[in-house]
Amino acid sequence: MSKIGRLYRIAGPVVVAEGINARMFDIVRVGNERLMGEVIQINGLRTTIQVYEDTSKLAPGEPVENTGLPLTVSLGPGLLTSIYDGIQRPLEVLQKQMGDFILRGVDASGLDLKKKWDFKATAKKGDNLEAGAFIGEVEETPGNIHKIMLPPNVKGKLAEINSGKFTVEETIGKLENGTELKLMHKWPVRIPRNYKKKLPPTMPLLTGQRIFDALFPLAKGGAAAIPGPFGAGKTVSQQQLAKWSDADIIVYIGCGERGNEMTEVLTEFPHLIDPKTKKPLMNRTVLIANTSNMPVAAREASVYTGITIAEYYRDMGYSVALMADSTSRWAEAMREISSRLEEMPGEEGYPAYLSSKLAAFYERAGMVIPQGTDKQGSVSIIGAVSPPGGDFSEPVTQNTLRVTKTFWALDAKLAQRRHFPSINWLNSYSLYMDVLEPWFKKNVADDWRDLVDKFMTILQEEEKLLEIVQLVGSDALPERQQIVLETARLIREAFLQQNAYHDIDTYCSLPKMYQMMRAILKFNDLANQALDKGSAISDIFATKTKNRISEVKFEADFETFLKKIEKDMQDEFAAVR
Amino acid sequence: MKEYKTISRVAGPLVFVEKTHPVGYNELVRIQLQNGELKNGQVLDTSDDIVVVQVFEGTSGIDRDAHVTFLGDTIKLSVSEDMLGRVFNGAGKPIDDGPEIIAEKKLDIIGSAINPYSRQQPSDFIQTGISTIDCMNTLVRGQKLPIFSGSGLPHNEIALQIARQAKVVGQNEKFIVIFAAMGITNEEAQRFISDFEQTGALDRSLVFLNLADDPAVERLVTPRMALTAAEYFAFEKDAHVLVILTDMTNYCESLREIGAAREEVPGRRGYPGYMYTDLATIYERAGMVKGKKGSITQFPILTMVGDDITHPIPDLTGYITEGQVVLSRELHRKSIYPPIDVLPSLSRLMNLGIGKSKTREDHKQVSDQLYANYAEGRDLRGLVAIVGEEALSDRDKKLLKFAAEFEDKFVRQGKYEDRDIVKTLLLSWFLLSGFPKDQLARISPEMKDKYLVEKK
Repeated sequence: MSKIGRLYRIAGPVVVAEGINARMFDIVRVGNERLMGEVIQINGLRTTIQVYEDTSKLAPGEPVENTGLPLTVSLGPGLLTSIYDGIQRPLEVLQKQMGDFILRGVDASGLDLKKKWDFKATAKKGDNLEAGAFIGEVEETPGNIHKIMLPPNVKGKLAEINSGKFTVEETIGKLENGTELKLMHKWPVRIPRNYKKKLPPTMPLLTGQRIFDALFPLAKGGAAAIPGPFGAGKTVSQQQLAKWSDADIIVYIGCGERGNEMTEVLTEFPHLIDPKTKKPLMNRTVLIANTSNMPVAAREASVYTGITIAEYYRDMGYSVALMADSTSRWAEAMREISSRLEEMPGEEGYPAYLSSKLAAFYERAGMVIPQGTDKQGSVSIIGAVSPPGGDFSEPVTQNTLRVTKTFWALDAKLAQRRHFPSINWLNSYSLYMDVLEPWFKKNVADDWRDLVDKFMTILQEEEKLLEIVQLVGSDALPERQQIVLETARLIREAFLQQNAYHDIDTYCSLPKMYQMMRAILKFNDLANQALDKGSAISDIFATKTKNRISEVKFEADFETFLKKIEKDMQDEFAAVR
Repeated sequence: MKEYKTISRVAGPLVFVEKTHPVGYNELVRIQLQNGELKNGQVLDTSDDIVVVQVFEGTSGIDRDAHVTFLGDTIKLSVSEDMLGRVFNGAGKPIDDGPEIIAEKKLDIIGSAINPYSRQQPSDFIQTGISTIDCMNTLVRGQKLPIFSGSGLPHNEIALQIARQAKVVGQNEKFIVIFAAMGITNEEAQRFISDFEQTGALDRSLVFLNLADDPAVERLVTPRMALTAAEYFAFEKDAHVLVILTDMTNYCESLREIGAAREEVPGRRGYPGYMYTDLATIYERAGMVKGKKGSITQFPILTMVGDDITHPIPDLTGYITEGQVVLSRELHRKSIYPPIDVLPSLSRLMNLGIGKSKTREDHKQVSDQLYANYAEGRDLRGLVAIVGEEALSDRDKKLLKFAAEFEDKFVRQGKYEDRDIVKTLLLSWFLLSGFPKDQLARISPEMKDKYLVEKK
């Protein structure tokens, strides 16, 4: 047994080698073209390898060489603004090397090895450094400070450190035990990075999307699932989240998705301006694009590549939002590999370890105190799930729901009605409501939760009433219930619907949400009061101002606008007899 | 090249060959029968001990003494500009009476993935002349938009109409139409070809025919042949190519057949677990590339088994393609052509191709409003069945009437009726004019002022 063996069998993306001495998940070079592969099964003298590139024309007898290393990503300055494939090869570099189509056997470093970075040391000679400690900074993109850390498994007394211009591979300093320090280090993607302590979530990840922030908030360090049948507007919702969420760093994994849609992300992101810094959003984004027709094994790896990069920025004390679109494609990649291994299938052909893999992935989210600092960092995961036929009882959705606490149920019916974002308000939930309540109280308004609860109550009641309306028509309902229906309509049209393509409506601040909720509930109160006074329901519904509430969506100066609406509404109702 | 007479097993479409030299995966194979007949195949699985070959022409007549040659290369298609106007079989051999194609070059039919970074975002509106598509499920150049149909529905007519009428407004360039038939009947194929001939479209068409009685395994290469030709014309000859693939359901059946013959662990409904990836390598070959003038637009057609949209074939397709056009049996029964049900239909790239300077500023809003009103109108039909029309409010009655008018005037059109987008939008406003202004909530006041004509 040795480092080099020979190919024995090739069938699709899974190949078998013999005579090679390898550990599980070691990276091997396969065939004369030295294609990249990973050991996924060892069986006596035979080793099964999944290959990250097309295996056409590989023949038995070709050499297989073990690198002895697991699949790693290069972590260091230069990650931001990059666009990678599933195994951290920059797509731009690939394009330069092999043209517009992805050929094989091309190696490309994840980081630019030639670029010189301006490094400012913050640690001093003689400092006793723990693992993960900050030793200096690089301004990676304008305004984004990249902390240079000791790798998670390295510690010691600093013997030497220099500021200046360095490439990621040059030595910037030394520990007394002789370890050389560089701007870059590598980390195996399948192993979570260490941290000091995991903390319970206490603040929301704000998205500027009304239905998310107000009704079903996600906590920083939490995990959310968006399952949606195709055509339910999942992709747009995810892109909105990527654009607007208040995380410091965004990692977007396009896992097994459409090429043209990935292009939309790739062309749109560089043009997006960060609403807070007025700089390109791309400056704080890492994109990973592995479209559905790229090799399936690289699709399987892409999710791990992404989460490892996310954890790396978390360790600098940043809050990171990771979007994975779609984890179903990832699960299908697992299924495909598993069936090629002829493993005993579990439910619907998925491997029996599906649930543990999914759980382990989502568990890499969290609010933590990283090793080298006391500043908190977080990774929030938003995973899209694409259940076949929109059937939520399928294994990927079910296993995902077991580990995520926020559930944004996309609904194709709403999408057909062009109700966007097409999140079903009855099926969605957030288990973070209670832990986040103090935060909203402190940062928005004391009665925030009350308003939200009222909204939910009205929407739930509407659902019940609509069943009756189906049978008897709305005129037959008691008048008070007709008001519920009208308020619910306002909530749906003026509040829940949000236009992602409108310059102003695409992002909604918390104060704006709060004021909008108040205005809608104000109508509810006034209408009920008028009813108490004995006014006719037709007169109440004839009031016009309520229909103007939805126009505030397109107003920048919402406060003035809503004040006027509330006043007009009051005047109008005063005139109702 | 070595010939082997070491076939150890023949099962379904597969041949197992022993004691070979190292044979490459996906390599092309030639099998010569005793009577001199030649068959082609492809390596599916290769190892020191045994090589598994799938035979495109079916395995009938193959015995242990057949000669097997491994050609040392993957399947290639000879391409040249002379291919225009020609008819090929499912394996890329000319079957009209014309001469052999003299290859300008030979291209690997497996095709590589376009680097996502090199892709150009599609944004050119294609006018098909069909209102339900142009206005509500707009197609753009470089998109893949399947037609989800059912058996007995006129999907072929619609595909033909699109092939006839598709154009980019303001540009005279015609599309090159590449038509790949998988397992369709001879009669259907004849219809396509004769329609191409009549309209003069054949001169700018390529036809790949794998008919119902052709070997099923050949179907696995037919779409790849067509798309390889498409890539050649689009990315090397700057042409805009429209690829019609029909019927993808037959393709998937063949995939299942091979999977079963290899005794693979089956996935949903017996289809192989890698069907998603396999379909993706077909559908994803649509698109545009930065710096190249041409484009590939795909129109795959599939018949939904038992009209079930959750069946694995439409389901997986829908996850890869950029939307879908769904045909409705109900509309067809009402003898409405084209029976496109707009509610489950969708074009994901629509927003890239419409609006000011592309179609018209009011396009998106009008489409949204039509969707909303029609959806509501359709729901009300259920209610009417229970409570009767008298019990409805005025607004509901209007919606109900709208839904009927919408189907009759907007959805319905002639097979040769080419409605341009302005005409379609005009028609939309006409249908919407039955509602009071404030009930058209999806349309901004400015648009209403500009385009809405009050109905008397």
